[in-house]
Amino acid sequence: MSRLANAIAPAALIVVLLAVWEAACRLLSVPVFLLPAPSEIAVAAVENAPLLIDAAGNTLLMAVLAFLLAAGLAFTVALLISTHPLAERAVQPLAVSLQVTPIMAIAPLAVIWAGLDHPARAVVGLAAIVAFFPIFSGALTGLKSADPDLERLFDLYGASARERLFRLRLPSAVPFLLEGLKVAAGLALIGAVVAEFVARSGLSRGLAWRLMEASNRLETAKTFAALFVLVLMGVGLNALMRGAERAVLRWWRGR
Amino acid sequence: MSEALAALDDVEVDYPRGPALGPFSLAIEPGQIVGLVGPSGCGKSTAVRLLAGLEAPTRGVVRRMTAKGDTAVVFQAPTLMPWASARANVALPLELDGMPRREARAQADRLLERVKLAGAEQAKPAQLSGGMAMRVSLARALVTDPKLLLLDEPFAALDEITRRALGADVQGLWAALKPAIVFVTHNVEEACYMAGRVVVMTPGPGRLAGETHVDGPMPRPPGFRTTEAFRQACERVSADLARGMQGAVA
Repeated sequence: MSRLANAIAPAALIVVLLAVWEAACRLLSVPVFLLPAPSEIAVAAVENAPLLIDAAGNTLLMAVLAFLLAAGLAFTVALLISTHPLAERAVQPLAVSLQVTPIMAIAPLAVIWAGLDHPARAVVGLAAIVAFFPIFSGALTGLKSADPDLERLFDLYGASARERLFRLRLPSAVPFLLEGLKVAAGLALIGAVVAEFVARSGLSRGLAWRLMEASNRLETAKTFAALFVLVLMGVGLNALMRGAERAVLRWWRGR
Repeated sequence: MSEALAALDDVEVDYPRGPALGPFSLAIEPGQIVGLVGPSGCGKSTAVRLLAGLEAPTRGVVRRMTAKGDTAVVFQAPTLMPWASARANVALPLELDGMPRREARAQADRLLERVKLAGAEQAKPAQLSGGMAMRVSLARALVTDPKLLLLDEPFAALDEITRRALGADVQGLWAALKPAIVFVTHNVEEACYMAGRVVVMTPGPGRLAGETHVDGPMPRPPGFRTTEAFRQACERVSADLARGMQGAVA
């Protein structure tokens, strides 16, 4: 009973909100360019479906590439410095600087470096910077999270550095790494969209460009449709990462 | 007096926050069960880490066996790898020593059977009860057939019933394998029940406060806790503890 209620509650809220929205637009005769009714947005979404799906695919591709790039780099760097406290001291301020710098501020540089004809490369690079930090800090925390008594046990039985890494530190890092990857996946998508906005080039052919284009033309229903696709993609990605995290954790700790 | 397996000779350990242990001496003979009793913070765990070679003394000499697997430690918590099965956890010391995986795991299964966990080989630590996890930890310590087994308050986190069952099991394992055991506890009765020789330490930095020999067979027969020998030993150990505390105050 309560499980059913739990599942229905969010959907019910959305339906209620949409109904209020629809009724308000109709009763108050709100102009379409200002605030279209949900039904009008739905029509715009269906009419522009091929365009929006294509754009969503491009944005997703850029986000996934950024995520993979960030994961590879962040994990490698964390692995390299985790064995050396001094290396960690050296890298940490740089990593933090990277984290606190808004990508809006680096975007113009990235666009120039990537070449004005390749805005997609700039978008991938910028989104990767955003996704880097959670994976890096998750991996680094995880690699140092092994139970100190287990470390002592590895000392006692004369484990080599290699055995310690593969049999103790890497497996200990798994939950932290999963958390970092989950957060980073969401950030990569947001990063890709923001970077597209900043790159201001139709050549990236992503969802953000369609959004800007539609709003510039006062096609507000189409803007909302693009926004809706974006939200759907974000929610889908989040659900996927959560599911993956749960599955891996269940395997990791056996329940 | 036979040759000691391991010994602390006038060792002292200083930590940045102050002296933690000693000067303290302790010699452990083969097959002996030594109970190490003292108030919290007296350096019992430090003494165990010295005997295990996990720490070096600030002053004094530690004599111990240096071969891998000759010394085993069981900590207060089971200290198992949460991602690995009971079998893989128990096989770890052998695999770190270079034994082929298959052989090591077969040996691990035999040890799990010894600690009454046959059938739980595939279970991961999160699927085991506290007592079962402790048994896995015990099996892991015994898998290398150690000559010296260091138990650092191994039952402190368990309930009384589980604690007694495990205590009896440890004595059964001792009877079969005859390792020397150092059993750290702050429970006087547990020390007198588990050990034939009870060493009492003063509050930190821990020194020797007294030593008591507990008469009686090992493993302990049923009803041992009601015997005169047991009660007298408990009284003597308690008196040593009290005297140690007084000395610390004076």
